[in-house]
Amino acid sequence: MSTALKAAGLEKTFAVGKPLFGPPKGLVRAVRPTTLEVGTGETLGIVGESGCGKSTLARMLVGLLAPSAGTIEIEGEALNRADPAEFGRRIQYVFQDPISSLNPRKTIRQIMEVPLRRLHGMGRPAREQRIREIFDSVNLREEFLDRYPHEFSGGQAQRIGVARALAAAARILVLDEPVSALDVSVQAQVLNLLARLRGEFNLTYLFISHDLAVVEAVSDRIVVLYFGAVVESGPAERVFSTPRHPYTRLLAQSAPVPGRPLTAPEQKDTELPDPLNPPPGCAFANRCPRATDICRQEDPALRPMGGDQFAACHHPHEV
Amino acid sequence: MSAFLKLLFRNRLAGAGAVVLAIIVVLVLLTPVLPLQPPNVTDTADRFLRPFSEGHLLGTDHLGRDLLSRLLWGTRLSLAVGFAAAIVAAVLGAAVGIIAGYFGGRIDNTIMRGIDMLMAFPYILLALAIVAALGPGLMNALIAVAAVNIPFFARNIRGITVGLAGKEFVDAARLAGLGHGRILLFELLPNVVPVIVIAMSTTIGWMILETAGLSFLGLGSQPPQADLGSMLGEARSAMITAPHTSVVPGAMILLIVMSINLLGDGVRDALDPRLKSGALSRPMAATLVERERVPEARGEGLLDIQELQTQFHVGRRIYRAVDGVSLTLEPGESLGIIGESGSGKSVTALSVMGLVASPPGVITGGAARYKGQDLIGAKYPRLRSLRGDRIAYIFQDPLSTLHPLYRVGDQLAEAILSHHSVSKAEAMQRAVGLLEDVRIPNAENRARAYPHELSGGMRQRVGIAMALANEPDIIIADEPTTALDVTVQAQILALLDDLRRDRGLAILFITHDFGVVGQLCDRVAVMYAGRIVEEGPTAEVLDDPAHPYTARLIACVPELGQGRREMAAIPGLPPAVDNLPEGCAFAPRCDKATPACRAGDIPLAGTERRRVRCIHPETDVEAVA
Ligand SMILES: Nc1ncnc2c1ncn2[C@@H]1O[C@H](COP(=O)(O)OP(=O)(O)OP(=O)(O)O)[C@@H](O)[C@H]1O
Ligand code: SF4
Ligand code: SF4
Ligand SMILES: [Mg+2]
Repeated sequence: MSTALKAAGLEKTFAVGKPLFGPPKGLVRAVRPTTLEVGTGETLGIVGESGCGKSTLARMLVGLLAPSAGTIEIEGEALNRADPAEFGRRIQYVFQDPISSLNPRKTIRQIMEVPLRRLHGMGRPAREQRIREIFDSVNLREEFLDRYPHEFSGGQAQRIGVARALAAAARILVLDEPVSALDVSVQAQVLNLLARLRGEFNLTYLFISHDLAVVEAVSDRIVVLYFGAVVESGPAERVFSTPRHPYTRLLAQSAPVPGRPLTAPEQKDTELPDPLNPPPGCAFANRCPRATDICRQEDPALRPMGGDQFAACHHPHEV
Repeated sequence: MSAFLKLLFRNRLAGAGAVVLAIIVVLVLLTPVLPLQPPNVTDTADRFLRPFSEGHLLGTDHLGRDLLSRLLWGTRLSLAVGFAAAIVAAVLGAAVGIIAGYFGGRIDNTIMRGIDMLMAFPYILLALAIVAALGPGLMNALIAVAAVNIPFFARNIRGITVGLAGKEFVDAARLAGLGHGRILLFELLPNVVPVIVIAMSTTIGWMILETAGLSFLGLGSQPPQADLGSMLGEARSAMITAPHTSVVPGAMILLIVMSINLLGDGVRDALDPRLKSGALSRPMAATLVERERVPEARGEGLLDIQELQTQFHVGRRIYRAVDGVSLTLEPGESLGIIGESGSGKSVTALSVMGLVASPPGVITGGAARYKGQDLIGAKYPRLRSLRGDRIAYIFQDPLSTLHPLYRVGDQLAEAILSHHSVSKAEAMQRAVGLLEDVRIPNAENRARAYPHELSGGMRQRVGIAMALANEPDIIIADEPTTALDVTVQAQILALLDDLRRDRGLAILFITHDFGVVGQLCDRVAVMYAGRIVEEGPTAEVLDDPAHPYTARLIACVPELGQGRREMAAIPGLPPAVDNLPEGCAFAPRCDKATPACRAGDIPLAGTERRRVRCIHPETDVEAVA
């Protein structure tokens, strides 16, 4: 399996409270040095709670945001400048809110034509032909093309979003919470469509979600983010069934499962650390039931745990 | 477009403004071809002729020039300069605003500081300074008036653009290969144009006035050329002896500015999307009730909802959001309502306490009895005394019930004081106790926090504390954990569960998550298109669903621990509730449908314990007992 996407030491720090002149008031490390590798045709699931840096990471991977440090390599080519047009031919983004990702004042045809014209310089007849093919493959009727976004349901709009990503002919899609805004019956329609397209066009997916069950159902591998860093990664079938990192375990125990008795999972505090003033050592220490002194001094590195699983923890759970 | 005109003319004043303005515009457009005397020919023998004099309908001015002719030519010039200034200000202001809003950061900062500096000067002083620097003349007056109005447009448009630039479609356009220039022109501008039009329509009147002001001071049009301002200025010295020379241009200015402003306000209102939905009138305190028949009391349960029907009347359409829902809730029981978006869960919950917005909401049938008393149709003071006291709500967004400008402890104390006569200190003490009850660490300190200083999970706990403030019998929770992270959700659910066990609270829990229902609820009712399609003990419904919809919905939901798998989807979409099919509403998506399913109404049949609305159920609900 060849490598579709490789990110090494990717990092993003935002300056906050910046005055017109002079240095900013503080620095927020939204993504701490992160290394990822995704094979062609693979689906990598990315989970984590709100504010853990999922979307910042995704936006760097598609070139919408310039990383503060680190490198991105797509299909063997280093992309060193955050230029969305340069990235757009290789990697595309499918947004969480399907309606707001479509310009309310444009018809679907106008929206679909942009990537074909700007990224691939196609002429009119070629564009029409291509749009027809794509619409066919995402099960949308051609008559939709001359309508405006507000006329569509969430599920239809999300399929239009996928169609637009396909129009760019990118072989890697970053799916940022693609089904969170959809109803369950429609969610399954979109997930199944994504699975079919992946097989049909040999696509590579980065699937971001906060819904553990959905991520587990669609991914080959999963990485768990906490406070801007990867705390655990491994094969989808192992990460939540045999979590090694206490945070992953907390997540897995918190997911609602019918029939499981309702007890609040073991944790001390629920608050994330202050991003402007992060604690030394492990970021999870204030919530972790296993924390010891070393955890508060030394930031644990990601290390292999056997069975192709990795975790960043001084006292990982045993299998 | 015709809808826009209809909305515009519904506003009488705006209509009148439009008519007056139209007449004036037609007159000045026709001025060159009207049989008028030349406006600038002096005839000192005929100075200060009164109106209705021979050959001079409006009289003459101090040089004996025909006032009617000067008025029309002057109005023509004033309107033209005013419009030109408005267009210049709008174009430049919008360009500056859109650029500042789109790029943000340092560019935005620099531009907006400059704009702030312009705004720091008094309006007319700035205009005067500009004309003083450039020298008097109509063109320079135009430049001055346009310049002082640029900040207004820039700020307005920047505000709108900042909101738009954060939208995902802008990112999508960048990924589709569009550069900044194209995004500004083709993606953002079309969304901003309506705002520019509104801003122009409300300011153009003032710009005409300001131009007139400069001309009045002799800084605008230069003699002998007439515009409204200079006509007034020249008439100033004869104000007492020949008042008509000032009244004529003055009245015209009044007419123009008034008609433009009335029309402008009308345009703004007609373009405002909030008014398009027909929500022109003020909402009522409680939902409108129009029942023909009140069902007999059954004397069951703490809360007994019987055949509740709530509709939305929008224009000629009727949305049957809730269509005959019956539910009972016992003390200490937790009843779940589950269903997809738009199935009527929230409207059911809001109808109980008359919280559905009217218009367009109308409760057209049924009853909701709390301890035997019907709440629907109850007088507003009665509802208000029960709201938050005996029956409390928790919403998805706790910010909707918390006031942003008051400390959470004070708000809790206020909620207690509104239903109980206790001292302030005691109320405050109870407030801190409540925060401890919902397991907020360091409650004493947190009581002094403002809502925005708390995390989402903390805020929702405050929302629950609010609901508990008066020890209610019933809590109606509408998706209270949907916006929260799983780890926080687990804690909130555990908290609600403890509360109902410790205090005998009855909970009506609305959700679209089977996992949540499975953990928290004793019984569950499944809703589809405004009706209950299945009801029963949670474990039985989840393990052995009887309605095809329930069965297939459960199959759609992946469960943690089942590994990678293909999900079973339900094709199609739920029906629109203003156009429900005859018979079973699920029939178009159901693979067991037969002609009988579409023939007539399908009743909710079964036992007290377990009911299903289907003639070919998956299991026999009467057999399982
Ligand atoms: N103010 C309103 N005007 C017109 N129709 C409305 C209004 N509020 C709700 N409706 C309609 O009533 C129906 C039921 O809505 P309701 O909010 O109860 O659904 P829900 O089950 O709570 O959905 P969700 O899961 O999205 O919260 C929907 O068809 C909705 O479009
Ligand atoms: S390093 Fe220590 S504090 Fe961090 S997760 Fe592991 S045990 Fe807990
Ligand atoms: S009544 Fe008929 S159409 Fe409706 S759910 Fe049952 S089998 Fe399907
Ligand atoms: Mg709702």
